[in-house]
Amino acid sequence: MSYELKNIGKTVDGDIHLDDISWATKPGQFNTLLGPTLSGKTSIMRILAGLDKPTSGVLSENGADISNVPVKKRSVAMVYQQFINYPGFSVRDNIVSPLRNQKLTDSEIEERLERVTSLLKLGDYLARKPLELSGGQQQRVALARALAKQSDLILLDEPLANLDYKLREELRSELPKLFSGTNSTVVYATTEPEEALLLGGNVAVIDTGRLIESGPVLELYKTPGALACAMGLSDPPLNILPVEKKGDYFVHQETSLNLKVPEYFSSAPDGCYNMALRPHHLAITDDNPVLTGSVKSADITGSETYVHMTVGGNDWTLLKHGIHTFKGGSSIGLTFDAHDMMLFDQNGNNLALIAAKAA
Amino acid sequence: MATVHLRNIAHSYNPYQEPRDYALKPLNLTWEHGKTYALLGPSGCGKTTLLNIISGLITPSDGQVHFDDTDVTHMPTANRNIAQVFQFPVNYDTMTVRDNLAFPLINKGENRSDAYRRADEIAEILEVTNILKSKAEGLTADLKQLVSLGRGLVRKDVSAILFDEPLTVIDPARKWHLRSKIKEIQRQFNHTMIYVTHDQTEALTFADNVVVMEAGEIRQIGSPKDLFERPEHTFVGYFIGSPGMNLIPIDFDDKKPLIGSQPLGIDLRDIANSGKLELGIRPEFITLNGNAEGFEMTVQNIENVGEHKIVRGAIGEHGINIIIPENNEIGSDTVFVNFDPKHTMIYSDGALVEGTENG
Repeated sequence: MSYELKNIGKTVDGDIHLDDISWATKPGQFNTLLGPTLSGKTSIMRILAGLDKPTSGVLSENGADISNVPVKKRSVAMVYQQFINYPGFSVRDNIVSPLRNQKLTDSEIEERLERVTSLLKLGDYLARKPLELSGGQQQRVALARALAKQSDLILLDEPLANLDYKLREELRSELPKLFSGTNSTVVYATTEPEEALLLGGNVAVIDTGRLIESGPVLELYKTPGALACAMGLSDPPLNILPVEKKGDYFVHQETSLNLKVPEYFSSAPDGCYNMALRPHHLAITDDNPVLTGSVKSADITGSETYVHMTVGGNDWTLLKHGIHTFKGGSSIGLTFDAHDMMLFDQNGNNLALIAAKAA
Repeated sequence: MATVHLRNIAHSYNPYQEPRDYALKPLNLTWEHGKTYALLGPSGCGKTTLLNIISGLITPSDGQVHFDDTDVTHMPTANRNIAQVFQFPVNYDTMTVRDNLAFPLINKGENRSDAYRRADEIAEILEVTNILKSKAEGLTADLKQLVSLGRGLVRKDVSAILFDEPLTVIDPARKWHLRSKIKEIQRQFNHTMIYVTHDQTEALTFADNVVVMEAGEIRQIGSPKDLFERPEHTFVGYFIGSPGMNLIPIDFDDKKPLIGSQPLGIDLRDIANSGKLELGIRPEFITLNGNAEGFEMTVQNIENVGEHKIVRGAIGEHGINIIIPENNEIGSDTVFVNFDPKHTMIYSDGALVEGTENG
């Protein structure tokens, strides 16, 4: 099934929760809603599920308007951030009880149970109660129940948010495989850009109730149409510097930036732009640096170092592989490959895309 | 401020059960005055039990807790002079930020004008001066958490500040800011700080010394660099890094060590191999070899994270992950890989075999 939101709006007590959202799921793909807390992801999910009706606009399923079809009459399964299972039921009953209402034969039920429990590695725990399981296993039970129902639509609302990051890592790499063999359409909500990238598929970047941009996640990451989309898909935050194009050079007075305009931007008119660079595209150099950063602090993940600094008064971050120490207050020279630089006009539009359209 | 000593501490939640079921197995630890520590491990590893023993919420079944020379094992939390920041911000919602910050001092009988002067000082450091007059209830989660932290910092006589998963409810974009703020404050105040988390980035970023725990035991205490480059236990290798260290069982054919069916090329004659031997190498230290030399690896899946690619595959039947730069293309189903000998470790029954880490 494919689902389409057309000009969907949702207003609650005068507060705009969703503003003119138009977005369609892609069949056979992982569909992801990416945005910060309260950006509208759950509001979209509730409308997709039939738990809420949109204030304006139309939700359609394979072209048919289902905006007013109540949840009971829809084929939908939902998994939430909180681990929701029937506490008094065994793992087995948690998974099969919704199937009993679907008028399936006993052998069909057993077959589905066997399939989902082996996929989710729950075979050894069928007799246990949910509270006798770890958090990761409890969420696997909820996922197994959703999967076994074989609903047309499966909604996953930040299902990994309450898990330890190692469990999150493992389950995240299993999820796309888990759903790829089904006929269900999957919509997954997350606040984490990295999660959206790892899950792959079709992403909608949402902010303050609006759709910023949608498309294949890697494509949006590499060539975002809008600055807001580039920012939404960046963790750590994107590095931005307001620059002025003067003839053949980009200049920025405070940093004494004087960068030759690459050929593919040469047709852009003189004026003000936002230059944007991802943290891993910056390199440290003592030899003719393009920019200079003043180090604030360094963050270390398991295998990488993030250097936080200011560049001409703007907060910037640089990613360096390996574990390194940096002294607060020190200066570092920065360089980058001009091909990695993104340039946005005053309306936040990516110049590379404007140029590509014009050509 | 104080140095915290844990002497022969152990804890069991069922003290009368035989054999004793320890949530925390016997350990000795010293937390030095003015240093930062992180307690890192998965749910149920004993890290929160250990934190609660320090704060006095739990009296350990065995052993003593000393703050400098004072035995505080049976002293209630209120008398220990400890500040705590929890997973969910704890503030008085109806009070202003200023009143919230001054409250711990006024409550201790300090003169009101001194209390407010100190509150204003702390607000300045935390960069929350602009919201001093706002009620706590209307604030975003990250600001609320900053205010909670401020309530801990106003008292100059605190022995230690304890953090229990303080960033769990904060959005990714704000986490970066809050994390560097906490670190900055540590440098400025020089408090003894202990930070409990399951998130490697938070732990490694925050602490000089990270205590990695599993199943009620300490697996390694070390700097972020130690934990990444020289895990002393396979659990540390697995838990730190995304994905974690590859652990490949070593087989023997006529006493020659093999990985899959391929010769390992490391001489293991000197290792008294009574236990289970494993080779450990991080995905970052495996490189592709274009000349068909090295281990033959079948490629199963490539995840593009934008910044780099995670290639999942197998050598023989052993699963293996490698990390390659974003612009590196992998075409065929089979590739050849090399292990950096400097970063190839050998483990016997989980423990690092000393002296093998340099190849």
